Amino acid sequence: MLAIEASDLVKSFGSTRAVDGVNLAVRSGAVYGMLGPNGAGKTTTIRMLATLLRPDGGTARVLGHDIVTEADAVRGLVSLTGQLASVDEDLTGRENLVMVGRLLGYSRGQARMRASELLEAFGLGDAAGRLVKNYSGGMRRRLDIAASIVVTPELMFLDEPTTGLDPRSRNQVWDIIRTLAGQGTTVLLCTQYLDEADQLADGIAVIDHGKVIAEGTPGQLKASVGRGTLHVRLLDPEQRPDAERVLAQALNAGVHLEADPAALSAACPPEPEPAAEAVAELSRSGIAIAGFSLGQPSLDEVFLALTGRPAEEDQAAEGEEIAA
Amino acid sequence: MSAIPTTVAGSEPLADQVLGAALSSTARPTRPGAVAACLTFGWRGMLKIKHIPEQLIDVTLTPVLFLLMFTYLFGGAIAGSTGEYLHFILPGILVMSVLFTTVYSGVTLNTDLTRGVVDRFRSLPIWRPAPLVGAVLGDSVRYLIGATVVVALGLALGFRPGSWIGVPAAMLLVVLFSFSLAWVFTTVGLLMRAPNAVMNAGFMALFPITFLSNVFVQPDTLPSWLKAFVDVNPISHLVTASRGLMDGTIHLGDIGIVLGTAAALTAVFAPLTTHLYRTRA
Repeated sequence: MLAIEASDLVKSFGSTRAVDGVNLAVRSGAVYGMLGPNGAGKTTTIRMLATLLRPDGGTARVLGHDIVTEADAVRGLVSLTGQLASVDEDLTGRENLVMVGRLLGYSRGQARMRASELLEAFGLGDAAGRLVKNYSGGMRRRLDIAASIVVTPELMFLDEPTTGLDPRSRNQVWDIIRTLAGQGTTVLLCTQYLDEADQLADGIAVIDHGKVIAEGTPGQLKASVGRGTLHVRLLDPEQRPDAERVLAQALNAGVHLEADPAALSAACPPEPEPAAEAVAELSRSGIAIAGFSLGQPSLDEVFLALTGRPAEEDQAAEGEEIAA
Repeated sequence: MSAIPTTVAGSEPLADQVLGAALSSTARPTRPGAVAACLTFGWRGMLKIKHIPEQLIDVTLTPVLFLLMFTYLFGGAIAGSTGEYLHFILPGILVMSVLFTTVYSGVTLNTDLTRGVVDRFRSLPIWRPAPLVGAVLGDSVRYLIGATVVVALGLALGFRPGSWIGVPAAMLLVVLFSFSLAWVFTTVGLLMRAPNAVMNAGFMALFPITFLSNVFVQPDTLPSWLKAFVDVNPISHLVTASRGLMDGTIHLGDIGIVLGTAAALTAVFAPLTTHLYRTRA
């Protein structure tokens, strides 16, 4: 069964076609990623699906309900965590959750209990009585997600949930999303990071200029890019010319010398084996390695592979989306 | 209080089991009715008064200044004695100070819009106008506080009403009218880009409208064209009605005009606000 079925969704702001015929089919229970640069139309698409914006054209059904004619039924089943944290900065964390609980129909006592439970689970117990305006970005984001699951939604829209977060907060948010998905909630996740989509999503749609330009599993997308990056750091910078030669030979690719005099990187196939072989070859040649890592293709590289040009931020469309 | 949040709550890892338990399916409660939803938003308004008491300073300080300045500066010149003039302007100052507070309803709404919290409200399955009706209801409490300050100060300065029961009646009438006027400013709040712009537009409109009434002077002394305007100004009727109630005379005609204007403002601007709130963005 499909949780989201969108066909040919269109939305314009003035002369900008922010969403230009988006088609989506998201299976119930899946975590589905929408990947694209700023201004690609991700936020506008999510806002239409969450019934906050009325599409100019096309149709969509969310959990079997039409987003225009049965908007109220959709609202009863989904929740949204937007790009701006949808929490009230002038209230405390606890008050925010109690308010949402009351608005969903809990009694005062039930709403308080649910708020305490969520605050503890999200590591906000100690900050429960503080005003949200004094929260850090990560705390605000967690509170925002907590507010979205006061009643577990059947479908959750997450619009760039980790943008601007430090790595630890980002991991916490990822944990929450995984747990949520593990309990059967369908998740539609907008992100600019292939890494994030790779960590969480079962399927990804790549969006550019308001259109879906590619679709598939994270593995398929990475394969379509056809390359990753091997980063190597040497113990002795003196050996870098030797290392450059060995890597170029082993991977049959151009080697990039980093600004750090002990570091270099090379394009490599997406599978780990050739990279592992290249690292082994370095050791065999007597080159001492301080560390190495295998980087995934970036959004830029995906875009380069798909469109022949890097992901560019569409400033005009971005402005429209924020204004919207 | 320390403002370094990460050291307090962020540092503990999320325990997977606790998280799992908190996320495990909770029964969906039945949707709240329209009234319950409005009351929750009213509660939100109360919490804001509690957390940002500075906002109340505007509401209380301005009328205090007006009352003191006008009574002692102009009292002798206009009415012969400060006591006489206090008796004359107290109901007017009550009206003026509470009406000015209504601008804040628009400012608050505009502030909400510039943040993400409106998205939360709009994506909840609640009666659509509830966030607005609740906010304006919550603001009414603010109006009541402003009204109480003016009356209390008036009494302290020597104001003696002709009818004690008329005082709360007049306050109620003023708050009721303010409730309807607030809808005008919520509409403005949804049309303007920034909270400051709402504030400026509101005060620019309210200053002439309140001063060109019978708040400060008897209209008999005015040139006829100005008197004509003052006579039809609904604020003049509100002031006359309030004065009457406090003196122990009920001017039914003025009260009727006030209630009629309030109903008309609400009928036009409440739906307009709701429509804009739903479609803007």
